[in-house]
Amino acid sequence: MTLHAPDPAGGVAVGAAARLVYHRPDVLVDRSTHYCPGCGHGIIHRLLAEVMTELDLPAHTIAVAPVGCAVFAYDYFNVDFVEAPHGRAPAVATGIRRVRPEAFVLTYQGDGDLAAIGTAEIVHAAARGERITAIFVNNGIYGMTGGQMAPTTLLGQRTTSSPNGRDAALMGYPIRITEMLAQLPGVSYAARGTVADVASIGKLKAMIKRACQVQIDGGGFALVEALSNCPVGWGMTPEQSMEHLKGPVVEAFPTGVIVDRGMSPKPHADTGCPAPAHPEA
Amino acid sequence: MRSDRESGLGAPPDAAELDTARRSRVLMKGNEAIAEAAVQAGCDAYFGYPITPQAELLEWMAKRMLELGRVFVQAESELGAINMALGAAATGARVMVSSSSPGISLMAEAMSYMAGSGTPMVLVNIMRAGPGLGGIGPSQSDYFQATKGHGHGDYRVPVLAPDSIGEAMELTATAFELAERYRTPVMLVADGILGQAMEPVELRFRTPERHAFDWALTGAAGRPARIIKSIDLDPEVLEKRNLALQHKYREIARHEVRWEGWQLEDAEFAIVAYGTAARVARSTITKAREKGIKVGLFRPITLWPFPERELARLSRHLHGVLTVELSSGQMVEDVRLAVEGRCPVAFHGRMGGMVPTPDEVLGALKALRGRTERTRGESHAVAPPRAAPAHVTATYEHSETTPWIHERVRREGRR
Repeated sequence: MTLHAPDPAGGVAVGAAARLVYHRPDVLVDRSTHYCPGCGHGIIHRLLAEVMTELDLPAHTIAVAPVGCAVFAYDYFNVDFVEAPHGRAPAVATGIRRVRPEAFVLTYQGDGDLAAIGTAEIVHAAARGERITAIFVNNGIYGMTGGQMAPTTLLGQRTTSSPNGRDAALMGYPIRITEMLAQLPGVSYAARGTVADVASIGKLKAMIKRACQVQIDGGGFALVEALSNCPVGWGMTPEQSMEHLKGPVVEAFPTGVIVDRGMSPKPHADTGCPAPAHPEA
Repeated sequence: MRSDRESGLGAPPDAAELDTARRSRVLMKGNEAIAEAAVQAGCDAYFGYPITPQAELLEWMAKRMLELGRVFVQAESELGAINMALGAAATGARVMVSSSSPGISLMAEAMSYMAGSGTPMVLVNIMRAGPGLGGIGPSQSDYFQATKGHGHGDYRVPVLAPDSIGEAMELTATAFELAERYRTPVMLVADGILGQAMEPVELRFRTPERHAFDWALTGAAGRPARIIKSIDLDPEVLEKRNLALQHKYREIARHEVRWEGWQLEDAEFAIVAYGTAARVARSTITKAREKGIKVGLFRPITLWPFPERELARLSRHLHGVLTVELSSGQMVEDVRLAVEGRCPVAFHGRMGGMVPTPDEVLGALKALRGRTERTRGESHAVAPPRAAPAHVTATYEHSETTPWIHERVRREGRR
């Protein structure tokens, strides 16, 4: 992990002889978040902040906040933010990207936002190969509204709108949307990581960094799905939720890099689709 | 466009001609004229989705915007298009989207967000007949949607309604000005006739002045981060945001009312109409004046803010007002609110893509005149209504106190 200079406003008393080994990235606002105790959003925010700092992105970032638990993301990052209607972040980001070619454009969406109401927007932003980095936090539930079933809710999982557990016959199957999107030739990079343990968090950070680097280098659409927990919505303690994440959730949503087409997406071998017109790195 | 050139109706301009011959008169289709006016007004980005009867607007932009190295995106839906506009506008770009009625319904969500967050944009609605998928004929049945609604929440957007292609071009530039001056979406509404018809227009373009925006998202280099949002969960804070919006709307209502009066100087009657209905009304007025009926036209150009005070003032001198719309009677509600019972307000409209003829409107005007002559100075007792026969089903009655239609039926029935 890269070390950063102490932030005078950080309020940490550092003696002359002390060596700072862990520090809040400047791009993160010094305030407590509204997220529930044990929620993974805080970890993902932190990873994103570290990557943005390491790649020197904050000063030219324009980010898009979703509707859902991360709706207040703009309160925690010192970057320009626009709030999108529910599910529309990829379309909003497309508009920003097209008129601001020099900006670093970032979206942050949850699974209800991206994989249900915003399915059309995410698919077509990916299909167009928009030079956007999308962070997709999948905790398998609508947390903000009280723990209802999401498109990514596991089979059998009890939620407030699937009180007897998700039944495939009535409610269909969880969507592996990152694999779906990875089929599109406009997608330069698609990967799934998790915040389930320290080793996974390190890998997730590397994925986020790669997804940002792809955009900087002029590639197409880059997406990182971060499997996260929702202790309150799942009816578990934070510890139990992390165990659940490591077990059945990762089993249903395997982690790893799904596609890495590099900086300039090549024509898809199966469909013969032309590569999107992105400037070469 | 190509077919017109072949049929010898006149050569529409190609892009190069438009750049050089900025003041010549050419034959242009409304949709294309609005598109070119937006290009000349400095539109940085256009986002659209095909729908009849506005597809030519999208097609014109597809060609011109790319030619000029500007942004054109055909989105996956109207939702996609307007949200792209939201993103682009949030960075301070001059942005336009266009659609027709069913597409505007889909755009309503983002309109509310843009009004709430103060994001400027120009939205063109080439109205078609509804409800539902309806038809592709001309209509003004989105008056309620444009002036009272679209999305949720306490908000308004300025609505401009041209009645000619030339005026549509001028108002396109005005729309960008208003959008940026007041940080609001602005609607330009025209019916399918104005979108599809061709007429000679003088190519007078206007590029509104550019301003630096202290709210635009450009990356927080050397300044605090900016946020464009409409959410505030604290009711006290949200009420303040709403009060600020309402203050803005009062300012718009005070400064931006636009309307046109024609032949009103000695008028005893006024026809209130906008867009294509106003053009029909002009023909009616010419015919009526030949018959000695003193009638003029009151044409709202801003549907919101509605020229309420101006119409109220006028109505003090009138014997009656006839509102003509390509709808079941939507603007007539605002007309009644403005007139406040000072004189009778009648309505004549057609729906479903039908357009009233000047003679049809003249009939309605004569009926109104006949009624006012009988009832002026008398009691308000009226004859009991009778059912209208099938041949006048296109005339819609709106109030128990407007019995002119029954008079007309009785008289015409006798003939």
